[in-house]
Amino acid sequence: MTPLASYLLVAALLFAIGLAGALTRRNAILVLIGIELMLNAANLNLIAFWRYGPHPEALTGMMFAIFSIAVAAAEAAVGLGLVIAIYRSAHTTDLDQINRMKG
Amino acid sequence: MSIAFYPLAVLTLAGGLGAVLLKNTVHCALALSVAFAGLALLFLTLDAQFAGFAQILVYVGAVAILVVFAILLTKGSETPESGIFSHTWFVGLIIAAGVFAVLGWAVLQSVNALPNESAVPAITVHDIGNALVGRYVLPLEIVALLLTAATIGAVIVALHEKEGAK
Repeated sequence: MTPLASYLLVAALLFAIGLAGALTRRNAILVLIGIELMLNAANLNLIAFWRYGPHPEALTGMMFAIFSIAVAAAEAAVGLGLVIAIYRSAHTTDLDQINRMKG
Repeated sequence: MSIAFYPLAVLTLAGGLGAVLLKNTVHCALALSVAFAGLALLFLTLDAQFAGFAQILVYVGAVAILVVFAILLTKGSETPESGIFSHTWFVGLIIAAGVFAVLGWAVLQSVNALPNESAVPAITVHDIGNALVGRYVLPLEIVALLLTAATIGAVIVALHEKEGAK
């Protein structure tokens, strides 16, 4: 097995763990945690392809990963703000109980 | 591939599993920061020092703290008596397993086609900085705007009080 394939398999496993968390947990914050894990797995793929790809001096994968980290930080801030806003109106973060769209 | 890969991969995956499976939400946040730190170390084994330290700064330093704040602000640390998993958890598990099967199959089928350059890329932080303010200056400005908008938006969304609500 080549090094790149090992990194890709680890990233795929981490992505699957994050997806399972996002799809099965009831707490909205834990769903966001699952989404963060999936984003990080994608970053690992980008960095691994940059390292083992033919033109690392072009910095393409590295830049993609850095911008992805910045966008994920913005996403986390807005997502957690939304969870707090939902908690204010519904008094719970249990996604099975938040089942109405009326404010 | 460096010998550090295997323990770091195990650490990262264990952190991820803990973040998804643990009962107490605060423990989940701690396991999440372990997974983020493990990923940062994996970036270092890939000779991506800048991305590794950015990962530590942004994820371990900021996102994990934000998650802890959100948990404490929403009483999320109380374990609900009805269980921590949604009643459709089995479907989610099947979907995740299917996605992993497809991804793993695709990787294993294309092992010979994957690039395998062994030379360590001679990239310094100086080169990354030059690229950021040179070729990638427009994305950099857009990300700056996005971060400003996201900060203001998050504050407004979280501070919003309904009129008349006491």
